[in-house]
Amino acid sequence: MSSIEERVKKIVAEQLGVKEEDVQESASFVEDLGADSLDTVELVMALEEEFETEIPDEEAEKITTVKLAIDYIKENLQ
Amino acid sequence: MVTPLGNNLDETWKNICAGKSGIGPIESFDVSAFSTQFGGSIRDFDVSPYMEPKEAKRFDPFIHYGMAAAIQALEDSGLEIAEANADRVGAAIGSGIGGIGLIEKSRHIIDKSGPRKLSPFTVPGAIINMLGGLLSIRYNMRGPNIAITTACTTGTHNIGMAGRMIAYGDADAMIVGGAELATTPVGLGGFAAARAMSTRNDDPQAASRPWDKDRDGFVLSDGAGVLVLEELESARARGATIYAELQGFGMSADAFHMTSPPEDGNGAARAMQAALSDAGVAAADVQYINAHGTSTPAGDVAEARAVKSVFGDAANQLAVSSTKSMVGHLLGAAGAVEAIFSVLAIRDQIAPPTINLDNPDDECDLNFVPHTAQKMTITRALSNSFGFGGTNGSLLFGKVD
Repeated sequence: MSSIEERVKKIVAEQLGVKEEDVQESASFVEDLGADSLDTVELVMALEEEFETEIPDEEAEKITTVKLAIDYIKENLQ
Repeated sequence: MVTPLGNNLDETWKNICAGKSGIGPIESFDVSAFSTQFGGSIRDFDVSPYMEPKEAKRFDPFIHYGMAAAIQALEDSGLEIAEANADRVGAAIGSGIGGIGLIEKSRHIIDKSGPRKLSPFTVPGAIINMLGGLLSIRYNMRGPNIAITTACTTGTHNIGMAGRMIAYGDADAMIVGGAELATTPVGLGGFAAARAMSTRNDDPQAASRPWDKDRDGFVLSDGAGVLVLEELESARARGATIYAELQGFGMSADAFHMTSPPEDGNGAARAMQAALSDAGVAAADVQYINAHGTSTPAGDVAEARAVKSVFGDAANQLAVSSTKSMVGHLLGAAGAVEAIFSVLAIRDQIAPPTINLDNPDDECDLNFVPHTAQKMTITRALSNSFGFGGTNGSLLFGKVD
């Protein structure tokens, strides 16, 4: 089983059409990885699907970087 | 162009001139409960040369077909869009129905998993004018960007109105046409419920048979056709390959019935006459008509009567064919692919055939080019489209010396 970090990075790479090695934890989806507002909505949906969870909209809005996504999943997925 | 007879212009046109049928069983969903189980599906289509596969999956396939046709047309035209002319290049590409397949799938997602599971691309991926929008973004085309929707006359109206925009001075070049994918459960079922389609399930390739005694409705097809319309002197100045000149455009309404034409075809006749008048061309100076000819009992006879009323004695010198006998009815893309066929008829001096026309119906006594293409002199060609709602359009193309 891959780690949460690996699974998040893989999804980010797939969803945003970037290479997995370019997905640094500090990367911002919009500023560093070229996502627009619709891309980030789709990305959050893909994370929900992968981790079988629901991320409320007000929480989803705060997930703007790879690290924030990893942290959210770790905190809310037990 | 993308049609049931090929995913580009050369392959489609070769098959059209050879009189081949592109019709077959619909395999994209279970059609066993439908009264019509066949159509003109697009086969072996690879979207990746035209859109990133990751991007493509957000959009209904009618947009894939339209993007493919538009990119092919732009590459063939050699038109370069740079900062200096970006404001002078636009798009007018429509669809009869748009992303109905994506809308249907989205409804299933709501029923199965709830509205939170809808993709943020549900609406952008399905709306008709997104095709022109995507093209404008990709090529920095900043001129007029519209999508006229008039059922089966969509392609014709987009071409004709874009021609007017160029003539009026709104643009120097317009990317024009139509795209469609309506062979979905609701599309197929809806047209079947209107009793508009052929039910010849035992012999799909013989189902589209315009003007034949045994015709029993149209054949629903998918695909796209896109052309590059450009102001003549601008095209000449850059040494472009000019296939033909758009010389006239006419429109009319039947003001009669939602889905049936008046028996005398007066709406069709007025559209053709308006196109001739627009060009200042006499009927006798037209040699070929790419007819609407959908293979419906009422429509084909009405169109034959309309041609006779406009052309009088000159009707006997005309070749009138329906390429829908081979590709079926592409709805909002029909007028666009048929405009391309009309233009190629002029380029190659050949009238494409009407296949399956074994026993012409009463009053259907024109030269409908049965079975085999005819080599002939064609300096002018009309392309007709008539749509649900009783909306008609006719384009007149002429040879350029």
